[in-house]
Amino acid sequence: MTDAVVFRGVGKRFAASRRDPGGWVFRNVDLALPAAHTSAVIGPSGCGKTTLLQLVNAVHRADEGRVEVHGEAVPDVDVAKFRRRIGYAVQGAGLFPHLTVGGNIALLARLEGWPTNAIDRRRRELFDLVGLAENLLERYPHQLSGGQQQRVGLCRALLLRPAVLLLDEPFSAVDPIARADIYRQFESLRDHEQVTTVLVTHDIREARRLADHLVVMGQGGVRQSGPVEQVVAEPRDEFVRQLVSPAS
Amino acid sequence: MSRAIGMAVAGMACIAVSANAQEPGVVGDEAIVVASKNFNESYILGEIVAQLLEGEGFAVERKLGLGGTKICYDALVAGDVDVYVEYTGTIAEAIKGLAGTPTRERLAAALAPDGVEMQAALGFNNTYALAVAAPVAAARGLSKVSDLAAHRDLRLAVSHEFLERSDGWPGLQVAYGFDWIPEGIEHGLAYQAIADGAIDGTDAYSTDGELNRYAITVLQDDRGFFPAYLAVPLVRADLDARAKAVIARTANTLGDDEMRAMNAAALRGETTADVARAYLAAKGLGGGADAVAPPAGRGLAERVARNTLRHLALVAMALLPATALAVLGALLMFRLPWLSAGAVYAAGLLQTVPSIALLALLIPLTGIGVLPAVVALFLYALLPILRNAVTALAAIDPTLRRVAVAMGLTAAEQLRHVFVPLAMPSIVAGIRTAAVIGIGTATLAAFIGAGGLGDPIVKGLALNDAGLIMEGALPAIVLAIATELAFERLERVLVPGHLRSGGGG
Repeated sequence: MTDAVVFRGVGKRFAASRRDPGGWVFRNVDLALPAAHTSAVIGPSGCGKTTLLQLVNAVHRADEGRVEVHGEAVPDVDVAKFRRRIGYAVQGAGLFPHLTVGGNIALLARLEGWPTNAIDRRRRELFDLVGLAENLLERYPHQLSGGQQQRVGLCRALLLRPAVLLLDEPFSAVDPIARADIYRQFESLRDHEQVTTVLVTHDIREARRLADHLVVMGQGGVRQSGPVEQVVAEPRDEFVRQLVSPAS
Repeated sequence: MSRAIGMAVAGMACIAVSANAQEPGVVGDEAIVVASKNFNESYILGEIVAQLLEGEGFAVERKLGLGGTKICYDALVAGDVDVYVEYTGTIAEAIKGLAGTPTRERLAAALAPDGVEMQAALGFNNTYALAVAAPVAAARGLSKVSDLAAHRDLRLAVSHEFLERSDGWPGLQVAYGFDWIPEGIEHGLAYQAIADGAIDGTDAYSTDGELNRYAITVLQDDRGFFPAYLAVPLVRADLDARAKAVIARTANTLGDDEMRAMNAAALRGETTADVARAYLAAKGLGGGADAVAPPAGRGLAERVARNTLRHLALVAMALLPATALAVLGALLMFRLPWLSAGAVYAAGLLQTVPSIALLALLIPLTGIGVLPAVVALFLYALLPILRNAVTALAAIDPTLRRVAVAMGLTAAEQLRHVFVPLAMPSIVAGIRTAAVIGIGTATLAAFIGAGGLGDPIVKGLALNDAGLIMEGALPAIVLAIATELAFERLERVLVPGHLRSGGGG
């Protein structure tokens, strides 16, 4: 099992101002997330889960240490090009309201110069996997249900066949009834695409259901990292045990 | 979408260019520019000078009804105007601030540093006078200015210039011991207001044609306060000597009664050009009246079309660069937030400068005509567009901003594909507001010789002609409504339906 996303001694401060560097969000983070698998990141609010995620696509920069994606450090230049190889989906989907579903999904591919039929083929493949109907293409985001929006967001993130998929609590805004469906649809996407995925969530049940690997964050760093069931079975300390126990 | 913007821009540019091409004044450098102030008598005097020069074969450009004293004189000094007829009292008091009644030599010496020469007087003395409705004067026994002291409840309304000038109300107040200040009124409306009973009295010019027409009593200036206002052509010192000689032929040809009769004729509906032509013929001046082509015998439709086109061109020439600058500025502030507060504040300050004042302030910098009008309209258009664009960009959902960055759009792509389209409803609403404001404000451009639909309004005010006022006002209203409708259509093209409502701001 190769590692697709690697953190080596990574630290990140709160404020970015030069005069007041601020305290550390987290420090000394060493992580190796397995390729073609889903890693879940859990931890209490404010522990830096989202910040950690955004170090991978260069939205934030590490103040110390280094982050590698498929063996190469996150670049300083041409970051937009780099980010296109990393899919990104957020809570609430973040669809652009002025674009149709089709326009949202095809935006990056068009900018990349994909031919229309290639975009259509890829988009149909993804729609089939997540169970979205063709007739949604001409609709605007506000005309979709929350679950539909979230699935469109996943398809948008995956269209360019990214090397890594970053998910920032994408399912937490979906109502519980639709959530069972969307988990199933995500699983069929995951199994078909075999893309390295990092999933930030606050729900250990979601993590256990969807992920193979678990990263537990808190108290200014990573508390424990390993295969999900191993971490759940053998929490390193009380902090981790609290977070991964199903009751929490 | 961008094609639609392009078409709209190209369309506005076409209007601007085609209207500009029709501008007669920009062709010949050698044309002598004859101006007049914006009242009846000054139009006639301007026509007399213009036709006299044309009769001698000079090319003439008319800028009649250009504006008040300051605007005309500044334009003369700046070289935008070659000649206009002024009054000695006005030169002394309003232009040079000389006390008392300076001699001709003293006036000429004061004007010389400005490169301006004063020619011999035409003859008549158009002094200020106070005029009271005849029935009111009879009922209260008013015949002299000093009688007013006991009648401070009289509803006087005087022209704005009269209110300010030291040879107007402020001086009169001191000379006669009046302790109140009357309302201001546009002089062209004052006589009608007296006839309608809306006011009891106003300041008058002793050659006003209305004095023959309305039931009005002119109060005798029993303390001899008002100085003499002899009409004199002011010419630029560097004007062609032959032209100067031609203009000088008007010296001592025009008495008080003749001038008043001419003013009355114009009030009856004769064109100022015809009145001037009849005078030149009667006095044997000018090279045969028939040889002189009447300046503008156009039909109503053609005049309205021409004024409307010019009006649109003024607004378009201001709106296009204002839109470009304001939107670019808003995008810059979006990227550099510390810029935004100051810039929006500065644009807001500009908006508070009254338009007439802004136009007058621009004259020393830009001269008269189209340029200051476009500059002023440009400055006024900045704020609504800038404020709407800045607000709309700032209001974009932070999640969408984060997604646009994280998904790998470059800075330019973020603007083009996400932020600008999201702000578009407000940006279009801002341009729409600016356009409608511009169409209204542009009617004031006529005061500084920029033409447009304000032209007939200014002339109509000067000649007390409601029809002329309508000739400018009605098309301006129609234009404003048409602009609203056009922008509604534009919004429909640029903005998807669900983003449209609440786009104003």
